[in-house]
Amino acid sequence: MSVPNVGVLGVGQTPYVNRRTDVTFPELVREGAQLALADAGVTIDDVDAVVFPLAPDALTGTGNGERWCIEALGAAGKPFMRVNNGGATGMSAIIAAWTHVASGEFDVVLVAGAERVSESGSAQSVLNKMWDVGYERPIPLNTITMLALSAVRYMHLYGCDETDFARVTVKNRRHAALNPVAHLREEVTVDDVLASRTLAWPIKLGDACPSSTGAAGAVLVSERYARAHGLDPAWIRGVGQNTETFWMNDRVGPKALQDHGDADALATAFQRAYAQAGLTDPTTQIDVAEIYAPFSSVELHVIEAAGLCGLGESPKRLAQGDFALGSAGTVVNPSGGVLCSNPIAVTGVARLAESVLQVKGRAGAHQVPDARVAVASAIGGDHQFYSTLVLSSDLEDIA
Amino acid sequence: MSTPTTNAGPQFYEQTWDLSYKHALGETTSRFLGALTEGKILGRRCPECERVLVPARSFCDRDHCATTDWVEVGTTGVIEMFTVVYEPFKNLPAPPYALAYATLEGADTALVGYVRGLDLSDQRTAVAALAVGTPVVVRFSDDPTGTAADYWFEPAAGSN
Repeated sequence: MSVPNVGVLGVGQTPYVNRRTDVTFPELVREGAQLALADAGVTIDDVDAVVFPLAPDALTGTGNGERWCIEALGAAGKPFMRVNNGGATGMSAIIAAWTHVASGEFDVVLVAGAERVSESGSAQSVLNKMWDVGYERPIPLNTITMLALSAVRYMHLYGCDETDFARVTVKNRRHAALNPVAHLREEVTVDDVLASRTLAWPIKLGDACPSSTGAAGAVLVSERYARAHGLDPAWIRGVGQNTETFWMNDRVGPKALQDHGDADALATAFQRAYAQAGLTDPTTQIDVAEIYAPFSSVELHVIEAAGLCGLGESPKRLAQGDFALGSAGTVVNPSGGVLCSNPIAVTGVARLAESVLQVKGRAGAHQVPDARVAVASAIGGDHQFYSTLVLSSDLEDIA
Repeated sequence: MSTPTTNAGPQFYEQTWDLSYKHALGETTSRFLGALTEGKILGRRCPECERVLVPARSFCDRDHCATTDWVEVGTTGVIEMFTVVYEPFKNLPAPPYALAYATLEGADTALVGYVRGLDLSDQRTAVAALAVGTPVVVRFSDDPTGTAADYWFEPAAGSN
C-alpha cells in the first residue's frame, strides 16, 4: 500500500454537558488541546501544525472564531488551518491532519476544538440558512425536518416503524450510561421514547441528540516519528470521503439514482476507506463502529451503508439484540454515540477518540472485549459530506 | 499581594446578530417564481440525462451541463416524502405545519412545499393523510409575494 501510515498518539474529550459558564469559548478549546497533548505525552512545542474544526460561525456567535482560538491551540508560529464541513467538521479536520502527516510535510499535528451551541438556542434557525435561497428558504427546512423526511423514506422502503427507531435510542442510552463523558446517560425504554413529544414526525424528542457543549482533540503522528520515539499509537489504516448532491429533490422520484432514505454516497465513502485498509468483510473484520447518527433513524441506514448488514435489515438485527455491547459481532456506538452527545464541531473528533480508546483497550466500562479494528464515520450538511476512517491497534494486516 | 476575595460568579454578555441581505436569485429562479403568479410550475430539461428538473435549475447537478429547454409541468403529483412539525423552533413558523416533496406530472425531480388543507391536530390521521404516494394538487396564492411560498400542496380531491 503506497499510502503512508499515520498514528493517533493521543486523544482527549471533556465531559459533554448542556452548558459551561466557567470558561470562555477559547478556554474550552484549550481544554480539548491540553487533554489530547497530555494523553499523547507530548507538549505544544512538539506540535508541527494545528488543524481546527469549527462549524458555522453563527452556531457559536463568533465571526471566524479560529482567530479567537490561536493561543488556546498554541498555534502562534505554526501552520494553521480551519476546517468546516457541517456535522462532518470534526472528522474532516482529522482527515486534513492525516493529509498533513501522510504528505510527509509534518510529523506531529494537533487537532482540537470545542462547541457550545447552547449559548444561542437558535441552532435550527441558523441551520435553516443552509438551504437554497430562492426555492427552499421560504419553506422552514432544518436539520430535524430533513432527517424526518429521510426517516419517512426509510419507513416506506423497508416497512419499519417508530418502535424500530426507539430501539436505537434504548441501545445507545444503555451504552452512554457506561461512558463518563457522555451527555445523556439515563437509560430509557422503548415506551419512554414512543411517549416523548413529536418534534417533526416521525422524529420524537427521544429519537434526537442533545445540543452538547464540550471539547475534544487528537494528536496525529507519522510512522517515522512513532518509530524514532518507540511509541505505540493507534493507526489510521483507511480514509474515505464522498459528497452527495445538494438537492433532496433529486434523491426521490422515478429517475433518482440514490434514495434519500438510504445513505448510498456514505456507503461509497466506507468502501473507499475499507479498500485502503485492505478490509474485505466488514461483518467479520470490524469490532467497533463509532458512526455519526444524530437521530435514531439515521443509525439504521448508516449501519447498512457501513456494510454491517444488508439494506433494510438493521431494524431486525437490532430487535434481536445485535450491535449492542455484549452481543457477538460488531458493536455499534459503544460510547452512546452522537445520539447521546453532539458537540457539533468536534463530534467527528469524538468518533475518532472513541475508536482509538476501543482499539487500544482503554475504553473502560464501555470497552468492547479484544477490540482491534474500528470504523468511524461522520456526516455533514443535509447528508452531503461524508467522512470515514478505519483504525487498528497495530499495523498487522486486517483479517 | 493578597488573593482578591470578591465572590464573582460567571457573568454573561448578551448579543443579537441582526444582519440583512438582498440575495440575487438569478434569471432561472426569477422566471420560475414569476410563473407562479400565472399558476404555472416550470422546469428545465437537461440535454444529457433528459430529466426535467423541478424547480427549474440552469444546470444539471448530475451531468454538470447547462439545461436547455423550459418545460411547464403539471399541477398534480404524488407525495415522495413528508413530515409534520409539532415543535416550535426559534425564528421559524409556529407549528403545526406539514412539509412534503412531491413529484409533479411531467417532472423528474420532486418539489418541496407546505401541505395545506389538512387538520394536523391529530397526529395519527395527519400522518396517514400524507403517506408516500398520496396524490396532491398544487394551489397558488391569490396574493403572490414573489417567493416559493406562493404555491403549496393540498391532498387531491377524493384521496383519503
